[in-house]
Amino acid sequence: MRGGAAALLLIAATMASGDERLSGTAFMSPETRAMQADDLANPGMFAVLEGARLWEETAGVSGRSCAGCHGDAAETMKGVAARYPAFDEASNAAVDLTARVNLCRTRHQDADPLPPEDPRLLALTTFIGHQSRGQKIEPDPDPRLQPWRELGARLFRTRMGQLNFSCANCHDDNAGRHLAGNPIPQGHATGYPIYRLEWQSMGSLQRRFRNCLVGVRAEPFAYGSREFIALELFLADRAAGMTIETPAVRP
Amino acid sequence: MRRVVAAAAAICAAGGVCAGEGMPPLTSTPGDPERGRAIVIDRETGLCLLCHSGPFPEVTFQGDLAPSLEGVGARLDAAALRLRLVDSRRVNPDTIMPPYHSTDNLNRVGAEWRGKPILSAQQIEDVVAFLATMTEVAQ
Ligand code: HEC
Ligand code: HEC
Ligand code: HEC
Repeated sequence: MRGGAAALLLIAATMASGDERLSGTAFMSPETRAMQADDLANPGMFAVLEGARLWEETAGVSGRSCAGCHGDAAETMKGVAARYPAFDEASNAAVDLTARVNLCRTRHQDADPLPPEDPRLLALTTFIGHQSRGQKIEPDPDPRLQPWRELGARLFRTRMGQLNFSCANCHDDNAGRHLAGNPIPQGHATGYPIYRLEWQSMGSLQRRFRNCLVGVRAEPFAYGSREFIALELFLADRAAGMTIETPAVRP
Repeated sequence: MRRVVAAAAAICAAGGVCAGEGMPPLTSTPGDPERGRAIVIDRETGLCLLCHSGPFPEVTFQGDLAPSLEGVGARLDAAALRLRLVDSRRVNPDTIMPPYHSTDNLNRVGAEWRGKPILSAQQIEDVVAFLATMTEVAQ
């Protein structure tokens, strides 16, 4: 009851500001919202702590740590997650935060890239994402990102899988309704990486995409693929101005 | 669009009969309503209650993306029900109801599912037979 009232207030507050966009947090039970809001109860904070430890640790042949080059993350990494994916000059392509961390490992630390969903990679990206908590999403305006923006917007509206759904069919057209009792959120990626109770672990935005695609019986795109980076960029544009919540908790 | 309409017409012609917006039986074995009901309430096989609701007291969590199936047998005859199950896109090109017995114009279907319809012809007949019994609406 009280949770319902709180959700209504939250919705009323956003509506009053003329913005009808809602974070996935607004669609959760009061218990899960409370878990996310309390840093002592939020399991994602373990990843933040682990990321802070790895930030200081040397890796690869270079013997250098992230901190060795980037210093205090609270200063140098503030706002970074809020404007990713961004354009990388050297590879002449859009990269997300996950790809960026692995580029620093291979380019600057002489270390092997970490595999997708490796707990260390998730810890580092959660730690970096957390430095932007409370900041507004402000996508990179670089015009060279245009092809990714367009691909992402197109993919979001493309029907896929045996069940023949586009992302927009659920997250634009049916958000707030229920698939067998499960609320469909608007699909704003404001809290990634997330701690998902169903996974009992942290997971990246691309893992979330793969879940949605497998759910409609589609062949998911590969981790790190151009398609996934494009979808991430499109979602950043779609959520521009919304507040970063990393690490979010999801059911 | 034109392709979808053409496909529907072709199926009507192949079946011989095509009364209004409908489709003749897909098999010569009559559907079994009991098996049909089991398919409708199953989350993996029929998936119907992901989107629809209806008088199925044993299914606690039902969807609200689609109209209730209650009384659907009074609203639509077997041929019309079959057409909607086989490929709802023939009735509404923008539908979100999955095409249960058509693999036309699908994109990136997962390897496990590729080239296979969601339900077999006999399963479609079972579901149609069951839906046709759903003529009552609770007062
Ligand atoms: C059949 C409906 C459906 C389709 C199609 C779908 N999703 Fe989802 N999506 C969901 C549901 C339901 C959830 C919430 C799951 C949960 O947290 O329990 C979700 C969650 C998400 C989230 C997480 C939001 C948050 O607050 O953490 C994102 C982002 C997302 N989807 C993006 C996508 C993208 C991109 C696509 C297309 C590639 C897609 N979805 C396709 C139903 C769908
Ligand atoms: C030897 C120095 C060096 C080390 C060590 C290093 N980086 Fe970097 N990092 C850079 C440089 C230089 C850039 C600018 C992009 C480029 O040239 O690759 C960068 C860019 C970044 C960015 C993007 C910042 C932005 O504003 O776009 C992030 C995030 C990042 N590094 C994280 C890390 C993490 C995490 C580690 C440890 C795993 C790390 N870096 C280790 C040198 C380093
Ligand atoms: C992904 C959502 C979804 C699923 C799964 C789904 N449907 Fe539907 N269905 C709809 C929607 C939405 C409509 C409304 C008409 C339209 O938009 O095409 C509909 C319409 C219908 C109709 C016509 C109802 C009327 O009153 O005109 C029937 C019958 C029907 N569905 C039966 C089923 C059955 C049986 C199943 C399972 C085998 C099923 N549906 C699975 C979404 C779904």
